[in-house]
Amino acid sequence: MKPFLYYRPKTVKDAIAAVASHPDARFIAGGTNLIDLMKRGIVSPEKLVDINHLPLKKIEQKGGFLRIGALALNSEVANHKTVLQKHPLLAQALHAGASGQLRNMATVGGNILQRTRCNYFYDTAFPCNKRTPGSGCGAWEGINRMHAIFGTNEKSGQDSCIAVHPSDMCVALLALDAVVLVTGQQGERRIPFGDFHRLPGDNPELDSNLLNNELILAVEIPDAPLTRHVHYLKVRDRASYAFALVSVAVALEIDQNNIKTARLTMGGVAHKPWRFPEAEKIMTGQPVSESVFQQAAEAAMQGGRALEHNAYKLKLGANAIVQALKTAVGKA
Amino acid sequence: MVQKDLQTEPESLDRVDGRPKVTGTATYSAEYAVGNLAHSVLITSTIAKGRIKNINAKAAEESPGVLAVISHLNSPGVPGYPPAKQPAEPAPVGTAFRVFYDELIYFNGQPVAMVVAETLEQANHAASLITIGYEIATHQTDFEANLSKSAVALSVQRSKNSPFQDYGRGNPEAFDAAEVKIEATYTIPTQHHQPMEPHAIIAVWEGEDKLTVYDKNQGVKSAQGNLAQAFKLARENVKVNAQFIGGAFGSGIRVWPHTVAAVLAAKKLKRPVKLVLGRELMFTSVGYRPYTVQKIAIGASKNGILTAMNHEGTGQTSAYEEHLERTILATRAMYACPNVFTKYRLLNLDVNTPTWMRGPGDATGMFALESALDEMAFALHIDPLEFRLQNHADTDPERNLPWSAKSLKECYELGAEKFGWKNRLPAPRSMQKDGMLVGYGMASSLYGFHRHPSKARAVFSRKGSVVVQSATMDIGPGTGTAMTRIASKILGVSPGKIRFDLGDSSLPDAPGQNGSSTIPSVGSAVHVACEALKTKLLKLASEIPGLNLQPDQMTIKNGRIFNLTDASGGISLSDVLKYHNLEQVEVTEESKSGAERDQYSMYSFGCHFIEVHVSPLTGEVRVKRVVTCADVGKIINYKTARSQSIGGIAGGIGMALMEASVMDHRFGRYITNDFVSYHIPVYADVPQIDVIYVDKPDVHVNPIGSKGLGEIAIVGVAAAIANAVFHATGKRVRDLPITVEKLI
Repeated sequence: MKPFLYYRPKTVKDAIAAVASHPDARFIAGGTNLIDLMKRGIVSPEKLVDINHLPLKKIEQKGGFLRIGALALNSEVANHKTVLQKHPLLAQALHAGASGQLRNMATVGGNILQRTRCNYFYDTAFPCNKRTPGSGCGAWEGINRMHAIFGTNEKSGQDSCIAVHPSDMCVALLALDAVVLVTGQQGERRIPFGDFHRLPGDNPELDSNLLNNELILAVEIPDAPLTRHVHYLKVRDRASYAFALVSVAVALEIDQNNIKTARLTMGGVAHKPWRFPEAEKIMTGQPVSESVFQQAAEAAMQGGRALEHNAYKLKLGANAIVQALKTAVGKA
Repeated sequence: MVQKDLQTEPESLDRVDGRPKVTGTATYSAEYAVGNLAHSVLITSTIAKGRIKNINAKAAEESPGVLAVISHLNSPGVPGYPPAKQPAEPAPVGTAFRVFYDELIYFNGQPVAMVVAETLEQANHAASLITIGYEIATHQTDFEANLSKSAVALSVQRSKNSPFQDYGRGNPEAFDAAEVKIEATYTIPTQHHQPMEPHAIIAVWEGEDKLTVYDKNQGVKSAQGNLAQAFKLARENVKVNAQFIGGAFGSGIRVWPHTVAAVLAAKKLKRPVKLVLGRELMFTSVGYRPYTVQKIAIGASKNGILTAMNHEGTGQTSAYEEHLERTILATRAMYACPNVFTKYRLLNLDVNTPTWMRGPGDATGMFALESALDEMAFALHIDPLEFRLQNHADTDPERNLPWSAKSLKECYELGAEKFGWKNRLPAPRSMQKDGMLVGYGMASSLYGFHRHPSKARAVFSRKGSVVVQSATMDIGPGTGTAMTRIASKILGVSPGKIRFDLGDSSLPDAPGQNGSSTIPSVGSAVHVACEALKTKLLKLASEIPGLNLQPDQMTIKNGRIFNLTDASGGISLSDVLKYHNLEQVEVTEESKSGAERDQYSMYSFGCHFIEVHVSPLTGEVRVKRVVTCADVGKIINYKTARSQSIGGIAGGIGMALMEASVMDHRFGRYITNDFVSYHIPVYADVPQIDVIYVDKPDVHVNPIGSKGLGEIAIVGVAAAIANAVFHATGKRVRDLPITVEKLI
């Protein structure tokens, strides 16, 4: 890999200044993704700003929400008492991701910012608009079994990107209405989780709406009565340690067999974690029943658009939604 | 029936090298502390066919720490290669790939240049600065699209006695006339060995004509011969060391181009050079299980007697070499069927050459055959196990010879009993548990017996210890442990006092570790060497006056020689040597096959019983339970044998459910070139595995009565899983791997 400078800032301000002062600097935390990207020549930053020593590790309940520091490790969050009690969906999603060793290194902020695992992105011998804008999309007419069925359009062809966001955690955070707290030279701002990541459009090289030099400080999850009827279902090619073909996060608030609140999100299907407001609406106010789940699943997958090798995701996605909902209400 | 398990064999040895392996003190090829070591990385082609137009290496050469950029433009040359032609001409089929030889590109991922630097980081960075210009030619890598171009291999056309000639016995019209027929096509994708330890080499020239390599391979003697030939050195001037191997599964049987490249670099720089293949290079550098399509047609009578089996297999190979494997051969020997016809074809593509991968050919062929048997049993409404029993071959139907030994019926019986096969409801989708579809499947397995001439040296020294040596290998099965066990039993010396040396080309001749031949070949050599050493020790003892040791009464136990009639008398082995004023007693013996090969047909047999659960909504398949039973003759050491079987089953689970190397044919390049996308089973994929052996010596094969185990452990596993999936879901998947989209 290319030689690089290394800097360890003492404060958040110092960290942002360090990145801002260099045209090709990157923050590094757990490094579980960035190091791979550097080893394979996908990114070659000239300077790494190691934020591991910044005070951003805390997981604390504030008034009305749980704040999880950006440097909290995936394993710490997954096993944290409050997370398990109040947001078990998040714990499930985290446990479905990566391996024990990786979860012990990977941070919450890094998880949100991890890059796609699209094979064309990872091998510099292939064209990839995300890695090398303008080089074309290798997957568009290539092997696209793992690729997006939502959020693609005519623009997503050769000129854009059909890669999917690989995170499990993010699928749960989207369902839980989380907010990402970031800071930069212009100060702090809060980004609703659904607005954090973006669709590829004309700039497939950009995964998120985080601005240059901005740093994630924390994720905030509002309190909600979504503890009992939740499930994170990850469908993959082996029992563990594989990225999702599709994954489903469901959270239901049920009052006397009636669905009061429904949250339904999916991973492995789009350039960003995907939410289904229509399907949520269909379930809201309805009794818990398999036919309601099926209606929701059908509605969710409407508008999905298949390529040569990923048409199975339309059916698998619907089936996985039904399975996840059934499991969430204890009727699997 | 003898059935061995941990309870009945508590004396089973732990791995003699287990401690160094798990504590990290075992030294693997890349880990040797060699002074003045330079580090290298390979640069490989990004096109599948064409010519190198230019290599711009200036920036790399000027990059800090860089010692050399080597390519065909400046290679010191491999003396064993013929001179390159100008302009370059494609090598005739049958020519092993020549590294840094000329500008021709034969496959995507071909080594085209190498950067050598003071540190690995410097070499890596410099490699990123090199640009290569290509003249691109049209390539063909798509097996399915080119299938019509498949043909009888040239090497088969030239060899009348090749087992891969079209074969037939009985009536060619038998299939057409059959009462019940099954015809189907089965496909396995390209699959890669991908052992945990990547291939690696440290090459050290000791002067102009002496070479030492620390190289990951499966045969130090064949590597020695190969390198001696390539570099025109005296065989004894090439030392190959491969003491510890972190898995190989066949990827280390040949000497591959990267090994030659490192030796070349060390020669050019006159200093030791290390090369470790990155994971992505492991997909194009060390072979793979070839993409194979098989057509099977089976006929049977309504009462379940096989009347016809036609089996055609076509495998992928490179444009420059022919790799043949046993794909269709098992079908000739497995069942008592009078009318059998087989054909084997190759398809040359612009890819690197495949190679043997655990159970080569047989794992592929038996996936098709045992799936087809299951399909036929279903069509006949006969239990799949019963169907196999009805068609059991009591003698070898191909060679018309008696089996040297065959306890397949006992395997079926023991396996079925342990598994609870009788609880299987015949109809697909008829069994469920916890909302999952439950499937029971089974398959037979077989593997041919391989034994090669082998030598072993056994040395008893006065301090009471024994050293046994042979240039054999341990790629994981526990060779040293098994050999220690053999020596210990014969010599009456406790295993802790025995050391077994392997993986060094200066040791007595032995074959590489492949074809499940190590125990049959080297085990026999160790056996005869230790017997000879024992005879020598007994003779020396009998010459000592006053001990009254009787030749027909003498025995050795716990390091003492005594008369069977008087266990309290006798003399210690050390004292025998002391009396004769000897420091040590040494023998070297050879063991090899004889006329028995023509009198008997020799195979290992076995079967697998597997339970899968399939999610009805998501189509995910999980293997829940495996019972595997094998008849491999005498089991030398149960504990390590069991581990070998478990590893084979895990490999079979990968083959059946997830392993597939997928190529984007527009580029002729694998898109699955890392562990993110090439899936092998993780712990969570491998369930409880019960391993049973019919532990009966095969008295005809060799002096130890033991056949190999490595391959048969995986043969048939994929079929058993596919059959279980059919039973669970009613869906017959004939193209591996069985992924969710094929089941929902």
